Amino acid sequence: MPISSLPSQLKSGSPPAGDSTVQDEHRHFKVLDVTMKRHRHQPDALIEVLHQAQAAFGYLELEVLAYVAKGLKLPLSKVYGVATFYHLFSLKPSGAHTCVVCLGTACHVKGASALITALENELGIKVGETTADNQVSLMTARCLGACGLAPAMVIDEVVSGKQCPDTALEQIRALSGK
Amino acid sequence: MTVKTLKIDDIDVAIAAGSTILQAAQEASIPIPTLCHLEGLTPVAACRMCMVEIEGTSKLFPACVTEVGEGMVVSTNTPKLQGYRRMNVELLFAEGNHVCAICVANDNCELQDLAVEVGIDHSRFPYQFPKRSIDLSHPQFGIDHNRCILCTRCVRVCDEVEGAHVWDVAQRGSACHITSGMDQPWGEVSACTSCGKCVDACPTGAIFHKGETTGEKQRDREKLAFLMNAREHQQWTR
Ligand code: SF4
Ligand code: SF4
Ligand code: FES
Repeated sequence: MPISSLPSQLKSGSPPAGDSTVQDEHRHFKVLDVTMKRHRHQPDALIEVLHQAQAAFGYLELEVLAYVAKGLKLPLSKVYGVATFYHLFSLKPSGAHTCVVCLGTACHVKGASALITALENELGIKVGETTADNQVSLMTARCLGACGLAPAMVIDEVVSGKQCPDTALEQIRALSGK
Repeated sequence: MTVKTLKIDDIDVAIAAGSTILQAAQEASIPIPTLCHLEGLTPVAACRMCMVEIEGTSKLFPACVTEVGEGMVVSTNTPKLQGYRRMNVELLFAEGNHVCAICVANDNCELQDLAVEVGIDHSRFPYQFPKRSIDLSHPQFGIDHNRCILCTRCVRVCDEVEGAHVWDVAQRGSACHITSGMDQPWGEVSACTSCGKCVDACPTGAIFHKGETTGEKQRDREKLAFLMNAREHQQWTR
């Protein structure tokens, strides 16, 4: 991917009228600019800025990483290294829905792995992947801090506890209206 | 300058405060095996080959970053350490795909030398046979990730000596690998000056000059040593 091609509308300063996605992107880059400015373009603000970028764009495209590298005066490989080190950052767009299964000790003991197997089979993907139709991303977490609800699962930021494979699948199927 | 005195393997050593145990051992001609350490680069204690024992604690310490202390009693070659070192090298061999017989660095490799030194002919750990890539996009050099032990010498030499910071470490766990630029092919990273310092610094055959075949890897360590010495002590003659 040519990373030299930073969004041209940023340089000219005015997004082409009428194209809403381009305008969105323009706004997201503006947010990023403000964040970097707030941190006085200090390189040690990298993680903060990446968080902000992920919140604005939804995920971290290489183009965005290159933009951050330039703004914070950091080497490209360093920014890429940090962005790929942390699970919280994603370099690929995630699905419309996210399903997080807790793998903390309590959930593990209460059978979280059976939930994962069932979900993986149903969705036809592995943990960390997104379905081909971009509907669901399957993820795991190490302890949500809700051990009383073990095994727990979070769908689109709503926690549901005491799950079994059947109830988990029910919820997932409800997402796609099946 | 304050001086600290300590005992390493029953030999008395006196050395400037702030020096590392590794430096003190070198002063006394006591060999301690190292892999990630390269004179002149910031030590990172990544490989754990240089672990030593210090009397009064059951913890092991990496000699390359542990500062000497007054009255320290250090052992560098106990049976316990020998066992760990062996295990460490075996794990490195099991983790990557190290096939010496067809490697550019055969007979000229610090990993192989260590294996010989600790007496290894196979690994007791299951070989992982990871799927790793080879990047031959640079006009002069190549990197074969199968032979990489993640010592990060290339990362540091490119950043600290050449100032180009082409390399860094990406991902984590078993997916951890050395990356160039924004996950680009090496040949497309505009920051690379093709200076060849990473080839000289790499302890294995992972980074090499194109055109070198089995056992032919050349590295000019003296050039690196000269450059680092020149920077540090302003000595511009070899
Ligand atoms: S050749 Fe020089 S500039 Fe290029 S990656 Fe190696 S050390 Fe860095
Ligand atoms: S490529 Fe060579 S120098 Fe770089 S981390 Fe791997 S083994 Fe070390
Ligand atoms: S040489 Fe000390 S940890 Fe690698």
